[in-house]
Amino acid sequence: MAKVITLKIAGTEFKTGEGKTILELARASKIFIPTLCNFKGLSNVGACRLCMVEVRGVPRLLPACATQVAEGMDVTVDSPRLAKYRKMILELLFAERNHVCAACVSNGHCELQALAQRLGVDHTRYPYRFPKYAFDASHAKFNYDANRCILCTRCMRACDEVEGARTWNVMGRGINSVMVTDLHQAWGRSPTCTSCSKCVHVCPTGALSEKGSAVGEMVPRENVIPYLTSMRYSGR
Amino acid sequence: MTQTITIDPVTRIEGHSKITIKLDDQGKVDVARLHITQFRGFEKFTEGRPFQEMPSLTARTCGICPISHLLASAKACDELMAVRIPDAAVSLRRLINYAQIIQSHALSFFHLSSPDLLLGMDSDPASRHVLGVAAKFPELAKDGIWLRKFGQQVIERLSGKRVHPTWIVPGGVAYPLAAATRDAIVAELPQALAIARKTLDWYKPVIRMFQEEIATFANFPTLFVGLVSPEGTIEHYDGVLRVVDSQRKIVVDKLQAHDYPDYIAEAVEPDSYLKSPYYKPLGYPRGIYRVGPLARLNACDRMGTPLAEIELAEFRALQPEGAVLSSFHFHYARLVELLHALERVTELLASPQILSTQVRAIADPNKSEGIGISEAPRGTLIHHYRIDDNGLITWANLIIATGHNNLAMNQGITQAAKHFVKHEKITEGALNRVEAVIRCYDPCLSCSTHALGDMPLRIELTDSRGEILDSCERA
Repeated sequence: MAKVITLKIAGTEFKTGEGKTILELARASKIFIPTLCNFKGLSNVGACRLCMVEVRGVPRLLPACATQVAEGMDVTVDSPRLAKYRKMILELLFAERNHVCAACVSNGHCELQALAQRLGVDHTRYPYRFPKYAFDASHAKFNYDANRCILCTRCMRACDEVEGARTWNVMGRGINSVMVTDLHQAWGRSPTCTSCSKCVHVCPTGALSEKGSAVGEMVPRENVIPYLTSMRYSGR
Repeated sequence: MTQTITIDPVTRIEGHSKITIKLDDQGKVDVARLHITQFRGFEKFTEGRPFQEMPSLTARTCGICPISHLLASAKACDELMAVRIPDAAVSLRRLINYAQIIQSHALSFFHLSSPDLLLGMDSDPASRHVLGVAAKFPELAKDGIWLRKFGQQVIERLSGKRVHPTWIVPGGVAYPLAAATRDAIVAELPQALAIARKTLDWYKPVIRMFQEEIATFANFPTLFVGLVSPEGTIEHYDGVLRVVDSQRKIVVDKLQAHDYPDYIAEAVEPDSYLKSPYYKPLGYPRGIYRVGPLARLNACDRMGTPLAEIELAEFRALQPEGAVLSSFHFHYARLVELLHALERVTELLASPQILSTQVRAIADPNKSEGIGISEAPRGTLIHHYRIDDNGLITWANLIIATGHNNLAMNQGITQAAKHFVKHEKITEGALNRVEAVIRCYDPCLSCSTHALGDMPLRIELTDSRGEILDSCERA
């Protein structure tokens, strides 16, 4: 008989089985925890740190996407401390690249923008870095604008784990990290890209988009990856 | 000893500028200069961006006339895609352009200029604004506010947003017009037309009270440039460029967008971020010309709508033997155009084609160079782009209505300053009149320099050695 775990999230008591993450249980129960790198159907990397939660008795914050539920846990998903860190993370993301919502293909459909609005980020306290990233429009179907990338690596994971091409990779370290196709060659000349568009439809911002999209017209098909992975697991 | 007067900032205009008036050794006005003190660099920072972004990116130049930039930019993009956009998309773009002209002309006339016209050029500056007008002439102020709201609402109904909509896209418009939306606009048209006609009827006798201003507000011969249809009817969205002289004789006609570099060049002056376009065949600065409502009415053969046609005939009676030359009459021309725009909106909405669902052509970039020209409320607007094989901008040039008028504005304020500035001190009335010359053109300095800045104005009066004798400032 499967072990039943009893725990509290945001003051509500839950009984659940083993192996679930705090984020999975919270989402299933319609409890909001912000995320950017997490994506249903892809592996967890815990990169964005937006889903950090407080667990009673644990002095440090824990990422809800990568922390499994445990007996007796008491999880706080929203507090002044968490709100402060989450806003700070979003502000740093905005300051790091060149996010210009007004001219962005994903305006109105961007997860970064939506989170900033929801969490009350109305300005950035940190100086903008204004990095100079070239726009890669070499692919016949898609555009890549590193200026709008938040390094969530969803594209890389979708390409690797679902499509199996591993065209996308991270180049460089720390603040100089940047997503590249193959060995940093133009996307249009990539010998591995299958033009499947999975990366484009998991991108949370306007970094990856379908060609020909005007401002606000890039609406990602978010169900593609969850559908593909669920069909695979069901063996069909 | 020569002296200089500085007006800084110029008020009730869109943008940030300064005027200097230089006096000669006898203390008389030698020359006045308009300096645009802001810079933004849109042509540079759009390099490397995909052309599909250009309409929305360049529209951010301005919050008053983003529609104008969207249209000229989208037309340039249509050419880059080498598409002929669907007829309904052309009609819908025309419709939103007329809505933009209605709201912008209402803003210029009622909100910015009516305080001078109704309360007087010498009235107390503390109440010489639209609220002062509302206190003394509540009906007219209400009409103006209603008419601007009407124009803005048409924009919102068509595109989802009053300012910076994303509806106008390369290849057409993003989505078609719904019948219910059309009906909502149609229901308000009678009131809008009634206000436009009433305002013209009120304004025409008022003109007589401003003879001194008419004679001295940029009242001199220049060329006039505007879009007309191939048959010579006034045009605001498409058509061909026509240049007429002060006698209204056609200097050159039927210029296509790609002809503009042969006829228009831009000079740079060291004291202003606003370039000075000029008519190339005449050279700089002889090639002075004007654009905008006055120029369009001078350039066209006819208005093409019944009520505006009658008004054009009456307007032309101001100067039966040639073009109407005084920039003071920009106000009058604006009202005639406002009526014309409302008539055109009525026509467009009456056509069943306006509801067609075929509103967008989809294509990759198929040409390396595209030029879009349309008539913004303030005059001819040119967007000119070059792209690489992947559709990324490699070069852009924007020539904005206010830029075309730069030489005429400078010559105009010199004329007005010579007439109204008599001493080493600037009187309030003189200051306001010099500003009012600029206001006639309804300039948008943010657009014209594609520039960043606040909007106050300063006037400086200097002697021949550049020493400041007096200055006025409005924050």
